[in-house]
Amino acid sequence: MKHLIDIRDLTQEEIVSLLDLADDIVANPDAYREKCHYKKLATLFFEPSTRTRLSFEAAMYELGGQVLGFSEAASSSASKGESVSDTIRVVGCYADIIAMRHPKEGAPMVGAMHSTVPIINAGDGGHNHPTQTLTDLMTIRREKGRLDNFTIGFCGDLKFGRTVHSLIAALSRCENVHFVLISPDELKLPSYIKKDVLQEQGLPYVQTTDLTAVMPELDVLYMTRVQRERFFNEEDYLRLKDSYILTPEKLMNAKSDLSILHPLPRVNEIDTAIDADPRACYFRQALNGKYVRMALILKLLEEAQHEH
Amino acid sequence: MNIDSIQNGIVIDHIRAGGAMELYRLLKLGKLDCPVAIIKNAPSGKMGKKDIIKIDSVSAIDMNLDVLGFVDPDATINVIKDGKLVGKKHAGLPERIENVLKCRNPRCITSVEPDLPQVFQLANRDTKTYRCIYCEAKAELIK
Repeated sequence: MKHLIDIRDLTQEEIVSLLDLADDIVANPDAYREKCHYKKLATLFFEPSTRTRLSFEAAMYELGGQVLGFSEAASSSASKGESVSDTIRVVGCYADIIAMRHPKEGAPMVGAMHSTVPIINAGDGGHNHPTQTLTDLMTIRREKGRLDNFTIGFCGDLKFGRTVHSLIAALSRCENVHFVLISPDELKLPSYIKKDVLQEQGLPYVQTTDLTAVMPELDVLYMTRVQRERFFNEEDYLRLKDSYILTPEKLMNAKSDLSILHPLPRVNEIDTAIDADPRACYFRQALNGKYVRMALILKLLEEAQHEH
Repeated sequence: MNIDSIQNGIVIDHIRAGGAMELYRLLKLGKLDCPVAIIKNAPSGKMGKKDIIKIDSVSAIDMNLDVLGFVDPDATINVIKDGKLVGKKHAGLPERIENVLKCRNPRCITSVEPDLPQVFQLANRDTKTYRCIYCEAKAELIK
C-alpha cells in the first residue's frame, strides 16, 4: 500500500490490519503521541469539507506531527490553472504525506501517479471516499464485534452517495452480509454497482422504497443525506430531500442492538430525538474516523520509509 | 466495383456493415496522407453485408488498432507486405484503450485537464465494458 485512492486497493488483510491498529490507538493513545514527530501532513482540499479535513488534522496532531495546506481551491494555485500533477509534485517537496479532496473524480489518482509521497484520497466528487469507508468498517466492527454475518440497510441517496458505494464494495468481501437498499426510485443504487459488485458475486440484496417494512430485519442501518451539490436540478433536490427521515416511531420495530450509522453532516434525515438512543452510533463513528486516519497515516508513512 | 490490391499495409475486413465510417473517425484515418479505401456493404457469405477498410502504407502495419476491439471485436486485420498476406488476426478485446475515446463524464478530472491521457480499462469481458481509469465511467461512443 503506497497510496490510498480506492478502498478496493486494499486487501482484506490490510483492512483488518488497519482496523486492528486503530483499535490499539484507542486503547493505548499515549504509545502513539510521538510517532509522527517532525513529519508533515499536507491537507489539499480543492473542495471544502470541514469535518474530513479536521479529522485528518486532528489525527496528525495526535501523532505528534504537523499540518499544512489549504481548505478551498480559491486559496490554491489551482485557481491560477495549475494542474493536479504539478501541485502534487510541488507539495511533495514540502510534506511527507498528502490528504487530498477534489471535486473532480479521479483527481487523487492523477496525483498518486505523479507523487513521491503517499497520497490519501479524502474524497473525489461523487466517486470514492476510502477513509470514510474505513471509518464505517471500524464502527461496524467495534459496535458489532465482527465484520460478517449481519444485515445492513442503506437508506437515502444511494445513487450519488459515494460512501454507500465504497462501503458496499468493501462489505462485498465479507462473509454472509445481506444488503437492503432503501431509497426513492430516483436515487436507487446505480445498476453497474448492483451488477458488477452484488450480482457478479452472487450476494443477496433486496431493493425497497419502504424503510419501516424492512426495519425489523436490520442489524446495521446506514443513513445518508440527500446532497444538494450532487443535483443538477434544484427542483429534484427539494422534492427528494425529505424522503427518508428516521424518527423514533420508525425505530419501534427495530432490533434492540441495531447500529445506526451516518457519515455526517446530518441535515434532517435523523430526528435529533434519536441522538440519545444507545443505538445511535454516528458521533462515535466520527470519533472513529480520527483513529482510523491515524492508523492509515502511520501505515503509509511506514511503507514509504521502507521504500527509501 | 474494383479497388486495387494494396502492396504494403493493412486490410480491416469483416467490419459490421455501416461501421466503417465510425472506425475511420476513431482511428483518425482522415489524418493519413496515404491511400485509404472504405468499402461499404460489400457482399459477405458469412455476414450478408460487411464493410472493409484498406490502408496502403507500411506505417499502417504498426498502427494502434486497440479501439477496433472495442467497436467491432469480430473484425479481422490482414497484414499485407509486398502484395502478399503475411498475417491475419482478430481484433479481440484489448485490456486498455489509450487516447482514442474521450471520457464523457463531466465530473471526471479529464474534463478539466485535457492533457491527461484518456485511458479506458476492460472491466468486464462478457459485456465488453470499458471504464475510465480515473472516474470509472463507462466508455461510450459518440454517435
